[in-house]
Formats: sequence, structure tokens, C-alpha cells
Amino acid sequence: MKLFVSEGNPHCLKVLAALEVTGAPCDVQYVNHDETVVPFLSRPTLPALLLPSGLHLFSPNAICQYLFEVKGQESSDLCSQWLEWEATDLQPALLQALHMAVLQGKASNLPKFLQGPLNYLDQGLSKRDTTYLTGEAVSLADVVLWAALYPVLSEPSLALGKQTTPHVSKVQFPSHDIKQMLPFRVMCSECVLAVCYMNVVAFRSPQILFLGLIEIHLCVCSLSLPQEGKRNILLTSALPYVNNVPHLGNIIGCVLSADVFSRYGRLRGWNLLFVCGTDEYGTATENKAREEGLTPQQICDKYHAVHACIYEWFQIDFDFFGRTTTEKQTEIAQNIFWRLHKHGFLVEDTVEQLRCESCQRFLADRFVEGTCPHCSYPEARGDQCDKCGRLINAVELREPQCKVCRQTPVVRSSKHLFLDLPKLEPQLEQWLDRSTSTGDWTANAKQITRSWLRDGLKPRCITRDLKWGTPVPHPDFKEKVFYVWFDAPIGYLSITANYTDQWEKWWKNPSQVELYNFMAKDNVPFHSVVFPCSLLGAQDNYTLVSHLVATEYLNYEDTKFSKSRGVGVFGDMAKDTGIPSDVWRFYLLYVRPEGQDSAFSWADMATKNNSELLNNLGNFINRAGMFVTKFFEGCVPPMELQQEDKKLLALVSWELQQYIQLMDKVKIRDALKHILNISRHGNQYIQVNEPWKKIKGGDAERQRAGTVTGVSVNIACLLSGMLLPYMPTVSQTIRDQLNAPQSCHNAMFEGTGTFVCTLRAGHRIGTVSPLFQKLEVDQIEALKKRFGGQQVFDVYDVAMVNAVDPEKAKQLTQAVTEQGEKVRALKAQKAEKAVVTAEVAKLLDLKKQLAAAEGKNTEPAPQKNKKK
Amino acid sequence: MALRELSSLEKYLELKKPNKYSTQGDKKVPVLQNNNGAPLVGLVTIARHLVKEAKRTELLGDSAESRAVVHQWLEYRVTRLNGCTKDDIKTILKELNLYLQDKSYLAENQLTLADILMYYGIQPLIVDLAVQEKEQYVNVTRWFDHMQHYPGVRRHLPPVVVLRNRIYTGRHH
Repeated sequence: MKLFVSEGNPHCLKVLAALEVTGAPCDVQYVNHDETVVPFLSRPTLPALLLPSGLHLFSPNAICQYLFEVKGQESSDLCSQWLEWEATDLQPALLQALHMAVLQGKASNLPKFLQGPLNYLDQGLSKRDTTYLTGEAVSLADVVLWAALYPVLSEPSLALGKQTTPHVSKVQFPSHDIKQMLPFRVMCSECVLAVCYMNVVAFRSPQILFLGLIEIHLCVCSLSLPQEGKRNILLTSALPYVNNVPHLGNIIGCVLSADVFSRYGRLRGWNLLFVCGTDEYGTATENKAREEGLTPQQICDKYHAVHACIYEWFQIDFDFFGRTTTEKQTEIAQNIFWRLHKHGFLVEDTVEQLRCESCQRFLADRFVEGTCPHCSYPEARGDQCDKCGRLINAVELREPQCKVCRQTPVVRSSKHLFLDLPKLEPQLEQWLDRSTSTGDWTANAKQITRSWLRDGLKPRCITRDLKWGTPVPHPDFKEKVFYVWFDAPIGYLSITANYTDQWEKWWKNPSQVELYNFMAKDNVPFHSVVFPCSLLGAQDNYTLVSHLVATEYLNYEDTKFSKSRGVGVFGDMAKDTGIPSDVWRFYLLYVRPEGQDSAFSWADMATKNNSELLNNLGNFINRAGMFVTKFFEGCVPPMELQQEDKKLLALVSWELQQYIQLMDKVKIRDALKHILNISRHGNQYIQVNEPWKKIKGGDAERQRAGTVTGVSVNIACLLSGMLLPYMPTVSQTIRDQLNAPQSCHNAMFEGTGTFVCTLRAGHRIGTVSPLFQKLEVDQIEALKKRFGGQQVFDVYDVAMVNAVDPEKAKQLTQAVTEQGEKVRALKAQKAEKAVVTAEVAKLLDLKKQLAAAEGKNTEPAPQKNKKK
Repeated sequence: MALRELSSLEKYLELKKPNKYSTQGDKKVPVLQNNNGAPLVGLVTIARHLVKEAKRTELLGDSAESRAVVHQWLEYRVTRLNGCTKDDIKTILKELNLYLQDKSYLAENQLTLADILMYYGIQPLIVDLAVQEKEQYVNVTRWFDHMQHYPGVRRHLPPVVVLRNRIYTGRHH
């Protein structure tokens, strides 16, 4: 009798444990994990037991059962039931969980997949009230289940609930020495997961096997903490507010841009952590909860899931997507508060505040509307005027109205705490000078910050009279919570803390860590002035932002996306269009508002898909692969480079270097153009050299066709790497089609970038098929009609917009006509472009106001229609 | 599906009074309400229990070794055959074909529970095979034909014609 096992294989843990517990006599032989022991199985499968009869057992559970029986322990019905459950229910769940943990680096998602099976197991244990699964002694079932769960339960950071599954965590190890003999004692716990996963899937999909152990060790273990001698990058994307469904503008502005950079950074070999989460506290949530008859926590749970789902569809690859309503948030926010307090950066003042007597509450800024004191815009919000962009103190509004009941609020006074920004200003300026000169701040971020400083800083109130928020720990303010602008950015820290207990290695490590903040420009002041002041004042060696990356606005067709007014296509509708996530990503990144505002347009999306993706990029890659398949039986032909080929390679290298230079500076849209340039060069090269003709010629010509094909298919391989940050699925598909090794890009993206031949002569490629589909005109027209061109309003604003005002409409109609004539006249006179543009903008604005006054655009929001 | 298998098995075992079953979960896992104790869950678990009830334990294997082999193929049946994809089907047939090359039964030289449940589970796969494929997996086909003609096994399943009529092969008249 001989037992074959391999290092680091958790199924082998089962049989080794059974051997230890039963003491059955058996030789153990360690073999390579890809060695074929069982002759009739298609894939290498371990452990395996060679029986005295010459038969092989390949099921770990059957082997365990045999070892127990040899020692005289027969299995009961109950035991057999646990074994069956382990094989049919627990193993698939483990597989899924490990897939998340290892391949996607989301260890924090493990509980989602395992909670169900763990609860079932826990119930089983609690029902019987015995020490072990089937009685008072260790049985076969205990060994099998313990060993199956060991890799996940032994991982402390996974926090697979000691509280939620008390009985499971009490199950004792079959032997306390067993850890010593574990086959994976040399590796860290993440690697145990990785190897475990590998072995589980090896049985089903052999392609995972080529992810060598070491590779996994490096990529998995470098994820979580900063490392000496590496470029350590902490990446955040502005926290989306929980009760809005994000629209395309939000997605491109923060999460998608940050995701591209994060994937790029990993390609470059940087040590990188990408965190984000939902911002959940505040009045808006309280209000939404009141509307839907739920508690604020329930609202947050509901919408957090909506967000997570949308980002998953867009393939946003967070290391951790958390939320701000956690204990860590309270702990860290209160700590920063006390430190600010101790160092004298908080001042007390009495504030005049608006209170709505009919609603019986103090009104948060966004629930007051009135006329802007600066520019007289009639619909200014309590915190900011949408027209002139200035911040407003709600009591300064003229003719204020409660947004909920339309009553006029009264002014009341209440005691509050303020962050003393003027006192922190010298420190702030000193830091800003350094950070903006050494880091990659976008021009708009620098400019917005400068203008804030130029206007002079004033103390900012950090407390609010609300319930749904982080409580202020100071006894004099115990009925109050922190104002969201103070609280929300601390979410970055607390979300990281929920990801790893060693969060301070990221957040209190400015000498080793570079912090990138991604956001849309409206968020700049909070990240460049206000939040840094909180952290500077806390004097705790916090990591401050090194690179502040802000986008401009993305418009929707000819109107505006707006978070508060709910105009535009929303994240959850994108997938209903049937257009693949990668194509959405491509187009949004192609029109990324980088340096100036840009617009989403359905027609343009179709054009870019058909011209750039289908005819340019996809066509080139497909031709390169097809030539290899059709003319060279699927093997890359030998290449003899001539002057012309070298010229092309030089061109391609130059484009690659440009791409890297731009990406290093987070010029995501500009870098994309260089990818498309490469495939354009490639198409031309193929067109000029006509390998499909040369292949039919003499030896020299055939040789030439081979070189052209070989060079092209290698360029296609390079493209798959360059595309990875933009279109992860397409990138993977190309690599699969070319059968290119997972690590094929590593060398090319080092340093300034070098294009090297990765698919050598003789390399066998996989099956080639088209990458993209044409978007037809009628399809796009139908989508345009279905989703808009017309504005979309969320629940809040419908009430407001419904207030039809015929008098105002009449005046506006008049104004629109006049303005239209003015524009036409200017155009006819061939006036300066800037002048015309300004007048057109006025005209559009008037038209919009008119539409609102006429009560148009109040169709139900499409997110409600999507299930039609 | 699993419930019909269990009822066929009961008939094969000539159990006098049929048991009452229910199912649980999305995957419709069979549950047997047991008079004297907790309910039993899972196709294999219940099938083993029925065999013991009918005092036909030789169907679970005569020795520790063959009991382990029977267990292994029962597990193979519920983990690999249930819910398998097209690609899985090929792998499964290939593996079984190789395994059955020098065997008449899955375990030992006699019929076991592994054969019965494997036959019930693989029948829908065999029905869909083209003639050429049946020839490709000739050992599986032979074993399968043996099973469906084994006295008392076939029960709820219609017979499948597995071998090509040899009368006209190779000659064109």
C-alpha cells in the first residue's frame, strides 16, 4: 500500500491527517503535483492510494474512509452524509471562494461564498451537541471537514466568523501536532490559499496549472503591505455616495480611471493597494430611509450591494470595496478628532442654522434651496451654487425653502465645533508646495487648490445635528455627529483597516508609500485642502496625497450628467444594452474628460467601436492570428528581419515608450491612442507585404510571408498587454487565442518599455476568432431612444420638476427665441468662435430651463424600466 | 430525478414499503425522513442506507478495499456527473472508458451500488451520443449495455440501442 502526495496540496492534508489519526501502516511518497499516478484519469490527480490489489483510489475521501476501515472503524450513515455534503456542497463553495481570493485578490470576499456552508455545518454541530461531528470521538467526517476548511479557517485576516459559527470554531484539530507536519508549512497563508485553489481547479481546468507556485507566491503575497525597495502605491477612488446609482460620469471620473491605473501599475510590477467603498453617512441617507420606510442601515446595505454589483460588471478590480459605516471608521475618526482637539486645531462657535418647523428638524445644506447671494441663481443649493460654483452658507441664501415641504425655514442657533483651517494654513502651504511640485497633480487640481488658498481659508464646521453619522466623542457635543466632509475621507483609512489590521503600514508611512487619489474635479478641495488639514493637524505621520488625479466633467449627449439631479445613463443600465463591459470601458476611456470636458454620445460610441475596435485593432490581431493558423498550421513561423521590419519594430517600440510615459503620468486617454497607433501601423504593414499572396510564391517569398506573419503575431501579443488595463477580458482572450504565457508581458513593461519577441518560432497558438462585433446603426438608434438623449431624473427631483410654471415658461420661450436669433446672426457674421460658443451655451441653458418649467422630462427613470 | 432513481433502487432491492422523500435547496438534494432519528440527506447517503436496510450489504463491497472503491465511484457520480458541462462529458467518458478496459463492473467482479447509480446517472449522456461516439467509448458502451440488461436494474429508464446493427457494415450492396 502506497500513498502518493504532493507538497502544498490541501487534499493531501486530508489523507495525511487520516493517516496520522488512524496510524494505518502505509508508505508515503512525495511526487510533483503534475505527476500522473492514476493511469485512467485525464489529469494528474493527487493524492492517490495504490491498493494491495493494484487498483488506485483517487478520491481523498475514499482514501480516508479506507484508512479508517483498515483500522476497524466503519463509517455510519451520518458520517457518510457529511462526506457527501463535503464533496457536493462545500468543495464547490471553496472553489468559488478561493477563485475570488487568489485570482482576483479579494480575500475579503471569502465569507460571502462560505457563510452558507459554514452555517449549515454549524447547525449540524449545534443540533447534536456532541464534541465531534458524529459523536464523542474523532471520526472520519471530522478529519475530512477539518482538513477541507483548514486553509480558510487558519487564515486570521479572513475573519471567517468566530462569532457567527461558534460550533465550527470549537471543533478541535484531530491532532495538535498536525500543523507541524502540514505539507505547506513553508508558505505564507495566502499561498496556502493559492496552492489550494490551484489543486482544486487543476482537476477541472488544466490551464491554471501553468501559474507556477512561485509566481503565485510573488503576486499574492506582494498585495497586502508596503515593501522595502519597491514602489509602493496606495490608490483610492473617491467614495461614491451610497444612495445614488452611479452614472457613467461617476464611473469614468473615479473608479474606472483608478482601475485602469491599478491594472497598469500591476503590469509594471509596482506593489499596489486599490481601495474604495461607499460613503454612507449623512442626511441624504436618513431621508431616503424615511422615504422607503427602512432604517438608514438597511438603505446602506441595499445600495452598497447595488454599487458593488455595478462595479463588478465594469470589472473594477478593487483589492477591497468597503463602506464607511463600520466600527473602524468610528475608532479612527474619533482618534483623529481627539488629536486635533489636543493640538488646539478645533474651535467652538455658535451657528445660526435653518430649521424647518413643519418637518421638525434642522435642515442639512442640501435640503435647503434658495437664491444664490452671489449670482442670484434661483435654484442654488444650501452648500453650493450650481451656477457660479461658490460655496454658500445655507443661512446666506435669499428666500430659503425646505426642499421637502417647501415651507420657509427659521434660523436657530446651535453650538458646533470648527476645524481651524487658518491656523493650519502655513503647514498646508508648505506641504502643498512640495507635493504639487514633485507629484503628478492634474492641472485642474492645482488650479482649484490655488484658487481656494487665494480666497483665504475659514474655519469649517465639522459637526452636525443629525443621528446617522459617526458620533462626536466630546461630552459637550454628544448629540451630534461628524459632518460628512470631515468623516468621509477618513473612510479611506477605515476601509483599509477593514482590509488589513496593519493598515498603518500604508497610512502612516509617507516615506515609503505614494498615495494617488482619483476623483472628479468637484471633489478636489476636500482632498487637497480640507482632508490634508485634518491629517496634518492630527500630527500622526499620516501619508498625504502625492498625486491628485482629477477629471473634468463628462456630459451626456448635449446635456449634463449630474449626481444631484440624476441626469444620464446609470451604471446598472449599461449591462442591459447588450454591449460588452470591455467596449463600455474602452469608449468611456476614449472620451475620458482628461484636461477638458467631453461628452458621451451614442453615435460616437458606435463609430469608435466600428472604426477603432473592429476595423483597426480587432482586424489586425485577427489577421495576424489567422495567418499563423491558415498558412503555418498554427505554429509561429521563423522570422528573418529586413530593414522594413526593423523600421516597424522601431515604430512600435516608440509607441510603447510613449504609452508608458503617458501612463506613468496618468494620461489614460492619451495613452490609449498609442495602442491604436500600433495596430494601425500593423495593418499597413500587412497590407503592403501581402503575406496571403507571398505564401503561394517561391521559397524566398514564402519565407517573407513567414517573417511578416511572425512579426505581426508578436505585435498582437504586445497589444494584449497594453490593452490589459483598458479591456481586461479582451486582453485575456487575445492571450488565450495566442496561447501566450501569463508572464509574457513582464519584461516589456519594465523601465521605459522594450518590445521583445515573446512568441518564438515554433510556438503553437490557440484557436483564433473575432474579438469585436459591429454596432449597427439601428441598434444604436434604438438604444439612444430607449435611454435618452432625454434627461433622466431620480426620485428626489421628480417632485421639483413637476412644479410646472406656465408664466416662467412663457418668458423663457421668448428668451430662447431671442437667443436663437442672436446665435444665428453671429454665425452668419462669422464671429469669433469663442463668442459663438459662449452664446450657444447660454441658449442651451435657456432651453433646459424652459424644459424644466414646462414640466418635461418627467418620464419614469429608465432604471425602473429595465426589466421590460 | 434523484427521487426516481431512489424509487427504482427500492424496487431493485425489493423493499416492501416505499419510503417518503422530499428535496431541499436549489439542487433538489433528496431527503429521507427517518422514523428512528434525524433525516438523511443526499443521494449516496440515502442509497447506502437503503442497501443496508435491504440487508444487501454486498452491494457496498465485500472488503474494505472494494468498499472504498465503491465509495469513490459513488462520489464520482455525484460530484462529476451531476451538472456536468459538455467538456466534462467527454472527460468523464474518456476516463470511464479507460478504467473499464479490463473490467466488467466498477468494483470487484460483481454488481455494486456504484454500477447501479452510475448507470442511472450516465444514461442521459449515452442517449445523446452519436453512433460513432458510442464506438469511440466502446468499453463504457459495453458496460452500459450490460447494466441495462442486468435483471431488475433498468426500471424507470427506457432501453438505449447502443450497438450498431452489424449486418450491413463494410459492404455496399
